[in-house]
Amino acid sequence: MKELILGKLSMHALPHEWFTIAGSVSFLLLALTIVVVLTWTKRWKWLWKEWLTSVDPKKIGIMYFIAGGFMLLRGGLDAIMLWLQQALSAGEAHGYLTADHFQQIFTAHGNIMVFFVAMALIFGLINYFVPLQIGARDLASPFLNTLGFWLYIGGVIMVNMFFFLGGEYAATGWLAIAPLSELQFSPGMGVDYWIWSLQIAGIGTTLGAINFIMTILKMRAPGMSLWRMPPFTWGSLCSMIMVVTVFPLLTATLFLLFFDRYFGTHFFTTMGGGDPMMYTNLIWMWGHPEVYILVLPAFGVFSEVVATFSRKRLASYTSNVLGMIGVATFSLSVWLHHFFTMGASADVNAFFGVMTMVIAIPTSVLVFSWIATMYKGRIQFKTPMLWFLGFIGIFAVGGMAGVVLAVPPADFQLHNSLFLVAHFHSNVIGGVLFGIFAALSYWFPKITGVRLNERIGRYAFVAWVVGFCLSFIPMYILGFMGATRRLDHYDSATGWQPLYVLMFIGGLVIAIGVALQIIQIIASFMQRRRLRDTTGDPWDGRSLEWATASPPQAYNFTTIPQVEQRDAFWHMKQQGLPKPAYENIIVPKNTGAGIYISAFAFLASFGFVWEITWLIVASIIGVLAVFVVRTFNDDVEYKLTAEQVRKLEAERKQKDEAEQQRKAPALGIDNSEDMGLRDFTKAAATFGLDVIRNKRWRTWQKQN
Amino acid sequence: MGKNRKKNGWSTAGPILLVLAGLAVLITLLLRDTNVALFNSKGLIADEQQSLMLLTVGIMLILGIPAVCLIYFTAWRYRESNTRPARNPNAGHGKLLNASMWLVPGAIALVLAMILWPATHHLAPQKQIAAEAKPLTIQVVALRWKWLFIYPEQKIATVNYVQVPVGTPVTFELTADEAPMSSFWIPNLGGMLYAMTGHVNRLNLLATVPGDYPGSSAEINGAGFAGMKFTASATSKETFDQWVRDVSLTAKTMDGTEYDKLLKPSENNPSELYSLLENDLYDKVVMKYMGSHEAHTDGAHH
Repeated sequence: MKELILGKLSMHALPHEWFTIAGSVSFLLLALTIVVVLTWTKRWKWLWKEWLTSVDPKKIGIMYFIAGGFMLLRGGLDAIMLWLQQALSAGEAHGYLTADHFQQIFTAHGNIMVFFVAMALIFGLINYFVPLQIGARDLASPFLNTLGFWLYIGGVIMVNMFFFLGGEYAATGWLAIAPLSELQFSPGMGVDYWIWSLQIAGIGTTLGAINFIMTILKMRAPGMSLWRMPPFTWGSLCSMIMVVTVFPLLTATLFLLFFDRYFGTHFFTTMGGGDPMMYTNLIWMWGHPEVYILVLPAFGVFSEVVATFSRKRLASYTSNVLGMIGVATFSLSVWLHHFFTMGASADVNAFFGVMTMVIAIPTSVLVFSWIATMYKGRIQFKTPMLWFLGFIGIFAVGGMAGVVLAVPPADFQLHNSLFLVAHFHSNVIGGVLFGIFAALSYWFPKITGVRLNERIGRYAFVAWVVGFCLSFIPMYILGFMGATRRLDHYDSATGWQPLYVLMFIGGLVIAIGVALQIIQIIASFMQRRRLRDTTGDPWDGRSLEWATASPPQAYNFTTIPQVEQRDAFWHMKQQGLPKPAYENIIVPKNTGAGIYISAFAFLASFGFVWEITWLIVASIIGVLAVFVVRTFNDDVEYKLTAEQVRKLEAERKQKDEAEQQRKAPALGIDNSEDMGLRDFTKAAATFGLDVIRNKRWRTWQKQN
Repeated sequence: MGKNRKKNGWSTAGPILLVLAGLAVLITLLLRDTNVALFNSKGLIADEQQSLMLLTVGIMLILGIPAVCLIYFTAWRYRESNTRPARNPNAGHGKLLNASMWLVPGAIALVLAMILWPATHHLAPQKQIAAEAKPLTIQVVALRWKWLFIYPEQKIATVNYVQVPVGTPVTFELTADEAPMSSFWIPNLGGMLYAMTGHVNRLNLLATVPGDYPGSSAEINGAGFAGMKFTASATSKETFDQWVRDVSLTAKTMDGTEYDKLLKPSENNPSELYSLLENDLYDKVVMKYMGSHEAHTDGAHH
C-alpha cells in the first residue's frame, strides 16, 4: 500500500548528510526570504501578472538571466569545492569529500554550467535581443516561448531536488556515459534525477529553438533580408537550427537510458546484447554540437561589440556569416573525436581528425574578420571590448589545444587528461562565458536603462582573467604530467599538489571577480542618475535594438523600422531618424499555461524518479489537459489602438522626465565619475544606515 | 582624459601580464625533478606521439602567435587616444583579404591533415610493432577497481603491477569484467585505449628505457576510480625471465575462487602475483558477454 502511494520514497530519502542538509536548508532559507519579502511588499499579484505569466520575450529573457546567474553561483561553488578537495587530497591526506560525493559534485558542476547557466544565459540573450535586432514586435509563438522557459525552470528544480529527497546526484560525469550510468553500476536515483532534469530542460530548449527559427525566418522588419541581419541574429539562427537538429538525439538517448533503468531493456548494458559504445556515439553526436550551440551566439555578440567599439561596420560580413554557417555545419561531423581511444580503426579516427581540422578554418575566419574590423578603427576600450580582448587570447590557446587534441595519436596521450579539461574550459569560459559577459555589459543599458559602472567592471575583468590563468595554466601542465581528470586523490610523489593548490587559488580569484560583478551592478544603480541612458543608444550603436527606448516598450517599437541596408540603425541615423507615427498594435496576452504544463511535466518526472505510478499517470493527463485547453483558447491577443499607444508613449516620456527631476537620495554619492570600491563601500554603508534610521522599508510596499 | 585612459590601459593589462610572468617562473621551478610524463617518454610509441604533439603545436604556433600578436597590436594601435594612425571606417573589406582569411587557415589545416592521416595509421594502437625481439602478449582485464594482467604464455597473472622486458613489443589485449568502461594508460610508454566488457581492444607498446612507470584508468568508472592505479615496470629481458620464473614457482595459484574474489568491488588494491593453471580464463571473461554473438575485435568486424 505504501509503495503504491509513495513509490520508492521513504524517510531515508530525507536529508541526513552534511551537504544535503546544508543544501536544503540554504534553499529553504532563500525561498523563505523571497516569500517574506513578497508578502511584506504585497507583490505576489504583481509577480504573477507582470512576470511569471508574461509572454514578453524581454521579460522571459530577464528571468533567464536571473535563473542562469543564480545557477552560475551554484555551479561555481561546486567548482571551488572540487578544487579544494584536489588541493588537499595528496598522499596520506584524503581531503574532506568522499570519492562518491566528489564525483557527484563534478557531475552536477558540468550539468549545471552547460545546461542551466550557459544555455540559460544564451537563451536569455536570444529572447531579449533577436526580436529587437530584426525589428519584430514579438515572437512567432509567444506561448511556446514561455513553455520552453518554464520547462527549463522545471529542469533547474529537478537538478537540485536531490538535496531534499534522495540525497544523491549522478556520480557519472556530466554525460553519464554508459554502462556506468546503468542500474548495474549506479543503482541509486542520482542518475534518474540526471535523466529527468536534462529531459525536461532539453525539451524546453527544442521548443524554444523552433520558435526562434520561425521568428527569425518569418518576422523580420520590412527590408531586412537574411544578408542584412546583424551577426548576433545570424549566430543565433545557426545555433537554433543546430538545436533542432541535435536535441532530439539527446531526448531519444535519455529515453533509451531511462528504458534500460526503468523497464529493464538492454540498449546500453554490458549484458543481454546491449552496447555501451552506442551510447557514447549518440550522446556525443548531441554533445559536440552542443558546445557550438553555445558559442555561435557568443561569436555573434563579439562581432557586434568589435564593430560598435571600433566605430566601424563589421569587416568581411559575408565571410563572417559564412564562417558561422561553416562552424555550425561541420560541427555535426566531428563527434567521434571525443573517443578516438574507444578502439575505432585508423581510417575512422583519421577521418574525424581531418574533419576537426576543417572546423578550425571557419573559426579562424571569424577571428580574422574581427582583426579586420579593428583595423583602422577608432577603438574604445569599454568593458564589452575588454571581455572581447580577454576572450580572444584565451580562446586562441584553447583552440590550438583543440587542434592538437584532434590529432588522434596525440589524443591517445591527452585524452581524459587535465589538458583536455583545460582545453574545453578555455573555450567555454573564454568563448561562451566571456561572450555572455560582453553581451550583458554591452546590452545592460538597453535592458535596464542604466549603463554599467566601467571602473568596477574593469576590476572584475582583471580578476576573472587573472583567476582564469592561475586556474587553467596549471591545469594544462598537469595534463602533460599525466594527471587524469576527475581524481579525488593522488600520490604525493607525483609532485602535482602545488599545481592543484594554484588552481584552487585561481578559483578564489575568479570568485572575487564574480563578487565584483555583483558589486558593479549594485554600484551602477546607485549612480543611476549619472549612468542613465535616456537616448536608447548609449554606444552610438549600429543595429535596430538601439533604435528604441531603453528599456524598450512591451511592443518593442512604436513604429516598425524600414530596413534599407546592413547596420540598419546606423544607416537610419545618417539619413535622419523618421518621426514616430502611431499605429494599432496586436499584443499577446499573458498566460499561465506554460507554468501549469511545466509543473505537471515536473511532477511526472518526479514520479518516474521515485516510481510513483499514480503521479505519473495523473501528471501526464494534466499536461495533455492544459495543452488541449490552451490550444482551443482563441482569446490570446488584444489590440492597442494607435491612440492608446500615443498615450502610453506620452506617459512614459513624462515619467522619464519626472525621474530626471527627482532629487537623488542623499547618499553622499559623487556623480562626477564612475565610483570605485571605496566610494561604493561608503555609499552602501550610508544607504544601510539611512534605511535603518528612517525606516525606509515602510515605503517599499507596492502601491496600487 | 587621454592620460587617464592610458593609465587605465596599464591598470588592466599590467596585472594580467605580471601574473602570467610570475606563473611562468613559478611553474618552471615547480616542474624540476617531477615526471612530466608526456615529455618524458620511455617507450617507442610515446616517443613518436611526443614528437607528433610537438610538431602539431609548432605548426599551430606558426599561425597562432602572429595571429594573437596581430590582434593585440591592432587593438592597441587603433585605440581612440592614439592620434597618429590613419582611420578608415571602410577598411577591411578587400577581396584579397577575404580570400586569405580562408586560404591561410585552410593551408595550415591541409598541412595538418596531411601529417595526421599517415600518422594516425602509423600509430594505430592495434598495429603490431615491428622489432627483432619476439612479441609478448599480455591480457588485461579491467575490474572494479583494479587491473588484472594475464601472461598466457608465461602462465602467470598479476594485479596492479605489470612487468615488461625492454625492447620487446608488447600487445596489451584489453577487456573488462563487471566494470564500466575503463581506460588503460601508461603515459610514459604511450597513449591510452578503452577496456570494455565483451570487446577486445589491442594496444601495442614498446618500452625502451628500464624503470617503473605509473599507470592508471583515465576514464571515470565508479567510486574506486582514483585508486585504480598500477605500476608498469620495464626491465631487461634477463630480469624479466627471472621474475617470471620466481612468480610461477612462488606465487599463489589463480583459480575460479581467486578470480571471484577479484570480481568483487574493492578500492586501492595492492599489487598481487599469481601463477596460472588454466589458460582460458581470459577467453571466458570475454565470452561471458557474448551470448550467441561472436566476439568483436577492434578494427576487424566480422
